[in-house]
Amino acid sequence: MCLAVPGKILETKEENGSRLGRVQFGGITRQVQLDFVPEAGIGDYVIVHVGFALSKVNAEEAERTYQLLEEMGVLDEELGLGRQSGMAGGESGSS
Amino acid sequence: MKYLDEYRDARVARGLIADIAQRATRPWVLMEICGGQTHTLMRYGIDELIPSQVELVHGPGCPVCVTALETIDRAIQIASLPGVTLVSYGDMLRVPGSHSDLFHVKAAGGDVRVAYSPMEALKVARANPQRKVVFLGIGFETTAPANAMAVWQGAREGLGNFSMLATHFLVPPAIRMLLESPRNRVQAFIAPGHVCTVMGYREYDDLSRKYRVPIVVGGFEPVDLLEAISMLVAQLEQGRAEVENQYVRSVACEGNRPAQELMDKVFEVCDRKWRGIGLIPQSGLRLRAEFAAHDAERIFDVAATTTEEPAECISALVLQGLKKPVDCPAFAVRCTPEKPLGAPMVSGEGACAAYYQYRRPTGKQG
Repeated sequence: MCLAVPGKILETKEENGSRLGRVQFGGITRQVQLDFVPEAGIGDYVIVHVGFALSKVNAEEAERTYQLLEEMGVLDEELGLGRQSGMAGGESGSS
Repeated sequence: MKYLDEYRDARVARGLIADIAQRATRPWVLMEICGGQTHTLMRYGIDELIPSQVELVHGPGCPVCVTALETIDRAIQIASLPGVTLVSYGDMLRVPGSHSDLFHVKAAGGDVRVAYSPMEALKVARANPQRKVVFLGIGFETTAPANAMAVWQGAREGLGNFSMLATHFLVPPAIRMLLESPRNRVQAFIAPGHVCTVMGYREYDDLSRKYRVPIVVGGFEPVDLLEAISMLVAQLEQGRAEVENQYVRSVACEGNRPAQELMDKVFEVCDRKWRGIGLIPQSGLRLRAEFAAHDAERIFDVAATTTEEPAECISALVLQGLKKPVDCPAFAVRCTPEKPLGAPMVSGEGACAAYYQYRRPTGKQG
C-alpha cells in the first residue's frame, strides 16, 4: 500500500487550483497531482503514490526502481491498471 | 543462495551480506514496519540469505491489515444504503468484516467502485450529483496527504455529495507501543521509507533515544533492505542507538513540507484502534471539525457492531512480531488469500499473504 512508483513528468498544467502533470511510467502515462512537489518540472522524475508525486528522484534511480517493481509484479496495483474500463489494461511493456 | 542470482545488483548484495555476516557476533531481532518491505524481504529471500542469528520479524505496517473491523463493518453498512456510491482502494474490497465484505455488497448490487487515487472519487462525485459518494480513506502517513487533498478539494468546490470515511494510522506511536510491551523482542527497526518521504525522520529521534533502539530509514529494493540491515547490525554491535537514513534518494530529514502542511489543515491526531492490536493512543488521524460536512463518520449514523476475530487467527501476535505466519495452525490450511481468516492474509503486503506466496510449505518439503 505504501509503495510508490517512479515516473517522468512529460507536461504540466494548472486545473481547479491544483498542479497536474502527465507522467510516464514505462509504456503508459497517467495524470498525477504535483501539488506536493513544487520543485519538480518537465523532464524530472518523481515517485508517485495513489496519484500524487511525493518526492523528486534522479533519472537513473527511477529507471532501476521501475524495472524492479515491474519484476515484483506490483505495478498493476500501484498504477490502478487492469481494473477500470478505458485504462491501459495492464500491458505496461512487460519484457 | 538460491535467490541471489535474481538480484540486479548481485555483487552489491553479496558484499552487503558478507558485511552483515562479519558484523553480527550475537543474535539480534530486527523489525521492518512496512508491508511493502515485508514483501521484498520474502520475495528475494533476504531472511534466508543473512546469517541466521539476525532474525527479521514483521511489523504492523499494512494499512489494509490494521484497519479496524468496526471500520470495515461501517463501510459495508454505508455501501449498502440506497443512493450511496462507495469508492475504495482495491485491496479493501476483500477484507473480511464481521459478517461480510465489500465485494459481497458489490456482488449483491451495491455501487462499490475501485479507485487507485482518492481524486477519482471526486470525479465520481462531480459526475453523479444525485448520489452520495463516500471514499474509504485508509492508509499510513504516505497516503494521508493524498486523502487530505481529496477532502480539501471537495470542500473548496463545495461538493456536498462527497465525503470520506477517514481512518489513518501513524507509525511512531505503533513503534512506541511495541517497545513498551513487556513481551517486546525487537532490538532495532527499519523505518518505512515512503512514510518518511512524507514525514521526515526527526520524530524517530525521541524513540531511538528513549528506548535505546537503533532506527534506520530504509528503501524498498533488496539492496536497500540489506544495507539497512547492515547499518542496524553495525549500530547494535557498537552499542549505538541512532536514527540513520539509508533511503537518501527519496527521504529528506524534514520530509515533504507541503504534504505535511495540507495533512495538518485537514486532519488532527486521535486515538486509533488497530485491528489485531487494539487501541493505541494518539496513533491515528481523523478529519478536523471544519470538514464535518465531508466526514462520512458524522454524516452516516451507522452503529458499529463489535464482533470477535476468529479465535484461531493469531494475527495479533504476527503484527507485533511475536509469531511468524508459519507458526499459525490455520496458515495455508484453513486460511488462504482466497478465504482469509484474518486481514494479514488479505492484502498482498500482509505478512501472512507474503509468507503464503513465498514460504508456503510444499509437498516436497513435507
